[in-house]
Amino acid sequence: MSADPIISLRGVTKNYGSGATAFQALKGVDLDIAQGDFVAVMGPSGSGKSTTMNILGCLDVPTTGAFLFKGRHVETLDRDQRALLRRRYLGFVFQGFNLLARTTALENVELPLLYRGEDRRTRQIAGMAALDKVGLKDWWDHTPAELSGGQQQRVAIARAIVTQPDVLLADEPTGNLDSERSVEIMQLLTDLNRNSGITVLMVTHEPDMAAFARTIVHFKDGLVERVDQGAMA
Amino acid sequence: MILGTTVVLALRAINRHKLRSFLTTLGIIIGVAAVVTMVTLGNGATAAVREQISSLGANVLQLRPGQGFGRGGGGPRPPDFKEQDLTAIANQLTGVRAVAPIVQSSGTAIYEGNNWSTSVYGTTSAYSEVQQWKVADGRLFMPEEEEAGSPVCIIGNTVRNNLFQRADPVGKRMRIKGVSCQVIGVLTTRGQGGFGDQDDVVVMPIKFVQRRFTGDRDISQIMVAVDDAYDTSVVQASLEQLMRERRKIKPGADDNFNVFDTKQISDTLTGTTTILTQIVGTVAAISLLVGGIGIMNIMLVSVTERTREIGIRLAIGAVASEVLTQFLVEAIVLSCLGGLIGLVLALVASIAIAPLMQVPFIFNIQVNLIAFAFSAAIGVIFGYFPARRAAALNPIDALRHE
Repeated sequence: MSADPIISLRGVTKNYGSGATAFQALKGVDLDIAQGDFVAVMGPSGSGKSTTMNILGCLDVPTTGAFLFKGRHVETLDRDQRALLRRRYLGFVFQGFNLLARTTALENVELPLLYRGEDRRTRQIAGMAALDKVGLKDWWDHTPAELSGGQQQRVAIARAIVTQPDVLLADEPTGNLDSERSVEIMQLLTDLNRNSGITVLMVTHEPDMAAFARTIVHFKDGLVERVDQGAMA
Repeated sequence: MILGTTVVLALRAINRHKLRSFLTTLGIIIGVAAVVTMVTLGNGATAAVREQISSLGANVLQLRPGQGFGRGGGGPRPPDFKEQDLTAIANQLTGVRAVAPIVQSSGTAIYEGNNWSTSVYGTTSAYSEVQQWKVADGRLFMPEEEEAGSPVCIIGNTVRNNLFQRADPVGKRMRIKGVSCQVIGVLTTRGQGGFGDQDDVVVMPIKFVQRRFTGDRDISQIMVAVDDAYDTSVVQASLEQLMRERRKIKPGADDNFNVFDTKQISDTLTGTTTILTQIVGTVAAISLLVGGIGIMNIMLVSVTERTREIGIRLAIGAVASEVLTQFLVEAIVLSCLGGLIGLVLALVASIAIAPLMQVPFIFNIQVNLIAFAFSAAIGVIFGYFPARRAAALNPIDALRHE
């Protein structure tokens, strides 16, 4: 683990709306995440964990405060610059899998490489390698409709890691899965974290899933309530 | 790189939604097919009219007895023209390029057991100059043959095909209305005109036709070719004046002859068909516009329906311009594809319909290019708005979209 955190939030606030309907989702969050960490973000709904994840995923910007990613001030970047940052360093896994319908597993996995401008052959090799990592090499030509929920989520993970990102952001990745599949997914994420050195940030409200993480960040009322070391630490 | 990527993505998206893509393009397909078919057939019709008119001869005045088409029912039949009228026209009028007399008859031509009923024109070599007819095989009349009224004839292709089939008719003897004559030439093909089959004709020296068929020395029609350097209407006026004098018509009395200017008819008819083509073409162009709106409609629906997909793309790291380009390229590919299919359909339809309408099929590259460019432009114009909407989506909202 390097000394400098890969992610730093300093005094981050986020306001929604204005006037009477104004609502402050984050009230000054300070958070450091070390490179190679496996972080679970927990908290009741409305605690600010999703807002934080959106900011960490460079999908949204803080109203005030600083967000440093690899020492770079993300809050000063514009929309397209943040998109390029996501393309280069981040991978996303969603609760609802969010695969493109009527599109084969391989084509779904290839998609981020397409935006990176990789040629067809590179895309296919990297795509198959990523599918192999999640154990779905033989399912490359199946569309999401032909895959189970657990398989779909694994395709989504393959898509997130195909670019060899520094950080994998997972938003309730097991929320739509039964406990057996959930454990499989968590083991896969743990493997990626340990063997590929990917920093994993995961939102969950299931303590069983959070137990896989090394660090657990609890949110409450727009602030970090406490940071625990998880069972795996 | 961006364009290459987005083209791949756009093609994939179209491929994933084949039925929807087809329905989207249907408007463009029908629009382009309608415009191009209408304009192609319209041009064909204009060309057909022009050809029919030019088969009468360019800048030719037709002089006939009587008050013109369908008039002068009562009273004695106005007299035909005489040979002296012909010489007077040739010598006294300025701006006359050539004058040809015509005596018309009809009868059966026979060659070796083949019969063919046809028209017989008695005229002089000047007729070829007036009508701009050419002899494909053989020759025109010799001056001495004209003078003597020799039994020689030049036949049109229809007569040739029906009497001689594949044999070379030049030099053969055939019978026309019971009289033997020698074929000395075959006319170039003129085709179907508005005035019947232009090739179903036997042309003979006028003196022969007068002596053997009509029995008098009258001339039923005089064709006057006007020199290109002169105004047809001026020559027409002096021709009318000359004929009034020669036929001793008192001032104020009606003409007992009429002069028919082929150019006038030509202008009127081509003008009419051009206007008709424009009207039908405009209606078809409106349907093309409606097709464009159809594309916009489907693309807008598609943006809403694919909001989550756009969210995924943005989250993965697509920049707004890539999403914009993808949707724009989708719209352009669809409309260009529709344009191409429309052009092919128009080609097939035009080739199929042209013979039914008895107009020539004229492939006009310009019309095709313009229609295609228009369909591509429709893709850009009507695709831009939905594409911009897609690119402007917030990834967080888009991902949350159900």
